[in-house]
Amino acid sequence: MAEIAEQTQLPPAGPEFNLNEEEKIISPWVDVWRRFRKNKAALFGAGLVSFFILLAIFADFIAPYGFKETVLSDKHLPPSSKHWFGTDEFGRDIFSRVVYGARISLWVGFVSVAGSVIVGSGLGIIAGYYGRWVDTIISRLFDILLAFPSILLAIAVVAMLGPSLQNALIAIAIINVPTFGRLVRSKVLTIKEEEYITAAKAIGMKDGRILLHHILPNSLAPIIVQGTLAIATAIIEAAALGFLGMGAQPPTPEWGKMLADSKDFIMQAPWTVFFPGIAIMLTVLGFNLMGDGLRDALDPRMKS
Amino acid sequence: MVTPVLDVKKLKTSFFTDDGLLTVVNEVSFHINAGEVLGIVGESGCGKSVTSLSVMGLVPALTSKVEGEILYKGENLAQASEKRMRQVRGNEIAMIFQEPMTSLNPLFTIGSQLMEAIRLHNKKLSKKEAKQQAVTMLKKVGLPRADELINEYPHQLSGGMRQRVMIAMAMICNPQILIADEPTTALDVTIQAQILELMKKLNEETDTAILMITHDLGVVAEICQRVVVMYAGKVVEEGTVESIFKKPSHPYTKGLIQSVPDMRQKKERLFSIPGNVPKPGSLPIGCQFAPRCSYAHEKCLKETPYLKALSIEQKVRCWLYEDEKESIV
Repeated sequence: MAEIAEQTQLPPAGPEFNLNEEEKIISPWVDVWRRFRKNKAALFGAGLVSFFILLAIFADFIAPYGFKETVLSDKHLPPSSKHWFGTDEFGRDIFSRVVYGARISLWVGFVSVAGSVIVGSGLGIIAGYYGRWVDTIISRLFDILLAFPSILLAIAVVAMLGPSLQNALIAIAIINVPTFGRLVRSKVLTIKEEEYITAAKAIGMKDGRILLHHILPNSLAPIIVQGTLAIATAIIEAAALGFLGMGAQPPTPEWGKMLADSKDFIMQAPWTVFFPGIAIMLTVLGFNLMGDGLRDALDPRMKS
Repeated sequence: MVTPVLDVKKLKTSFFTDDGLLTVVNEVSFHINAGEVLGIVGESGCGKSVTSLSVMGLVPALTSKVEGEILYKGENLAQASEKRMRQVRGNEIAMIFQEPMTSLNPLFTIGSQLMEAIRLHNKKLSKKEAKQQAVTMLKKVGLPRADELINEYPHQLSGGMRQRVMIAMAMICNPQILIADEPTTALDVTIQAQILELMKKLNEETDTAILMITHDLGVVAEICQRVVVMYAGKVVEEGTVESIFKKPSHPYTKGLIQSVPDMRQKKERLFSIPGNVPKPGSLPIGCQFAPRCSYAHEKCLKETPYLKALSIEQKVRCWLYEDEKESIV
């Protein structure tokens, strides 16, 4: 309601420029935020994501115990006021480990997706803009990568590089490259036919500048959406690799690894599996809701 | 004699396709003198736009071939390096397009796009000076509240306003030639007149020559001094505006002029030239217009006519005038 009051107070636009008040908003990004704000599910997702980001940043202050603080006499304690989420088979506090685990999962999610976005969009832009044999080579490369089931490819990469969190991250980055590459390529193919690209050429702009200044910003919307959704999959993939023992190594409190280590005690101490599992689910849900919301906000016409 | 600022000689633009080389513009020659407004008229698909893109060096290099000479102040642009062409584009020859709604990048403000254009060719200019120039230019093209406008985004402007911005962007580096590719086609009739008026004014004030590409003879009558009529990639008639309107010689030109609806008469049907422009690649032998021409005789179907001078100010490519002596006007 306050918004409407604010809008009506704006001075009336001149008759020649029939701008209605709503069009007074300046940047297209402000517009996106307005639409995003209206979407309750997306806001909830963004809230979840922010919550986990805060957990990760302030883990040292939030976690009551260290993530490798072992008290063997306290093993497999059920949730209590002392250990909110109980303890695992080494007597480590699961709540603390889940909190520290947020750091690892988010780190893997953000960094691997950042890597895929940079490499993928770079290749995609070049393929889309220059076309012809450049496009053929890059597109076939994407096709080859996509021909493997993604988790199998990740396992192959980790098998080659050796199991560690860092290598898992690289593997996840590699398997996501073609997704971004193809997305950006197809976007570039449509944008480069736009008249403002010809207009930019007609004022004497260089190819490089057109790519970075006109084509890239205009293909940003799908990259942002896909990026958010890809963080969710990356977190699941990292957990899967951790579960298979190909990712983080003990005592790193990686959520997938925690699941794997506790799976033998699922009957006696279900909390050892439950809480890391819930953490994975909530983070992924958060990113997915946020990604869907961003898609609707960035391209309102796509909303079904 | 005045040396033309742009002299296009036997321009031939072809595209490589699966069916072989496709010639879209076939030996087109024309010239523009400094400060002159030349119209290129023709139906859709007759090669007007490709001609203008060829002059700008904007036809895709990998899939096409440009032959002939494009002499800009004596320099052959058809042979120029890409680097040189970038200097020419915007700075010496600028261009505006048909669709003002899509010719501006939707993500940047009007000001930033204008400033980008200025600083591209004048790198020494500070941001502040560029901004000042942008505001001055917006005022010059008749946009009110220019100071606010530079902070607005393209979607906040109407089509006519955007076309004014495009003109401002094109004129900001004081080009010698402005190529206008159907600049008024996508606009309301009332706005069309305003834009033409603006272009006329800028042409008089700055001595920038204008190459007006259009299918609208009204636009030609309004603003041009000379006209080139194109059909199927070839020049079929060329002359001053008066000569063409007073004495259209080529049957195609006649047809075009007849096709303009006359508001004073109530007709059952509007006149139209039967048939379509032939597709490049399947051009008829002989005169390309012959299949649609009501005056066509046997020779027209066999031999290609040449461009014959009817007078100092008019040339026509038609067998009907084969025997006619050059009349002295």
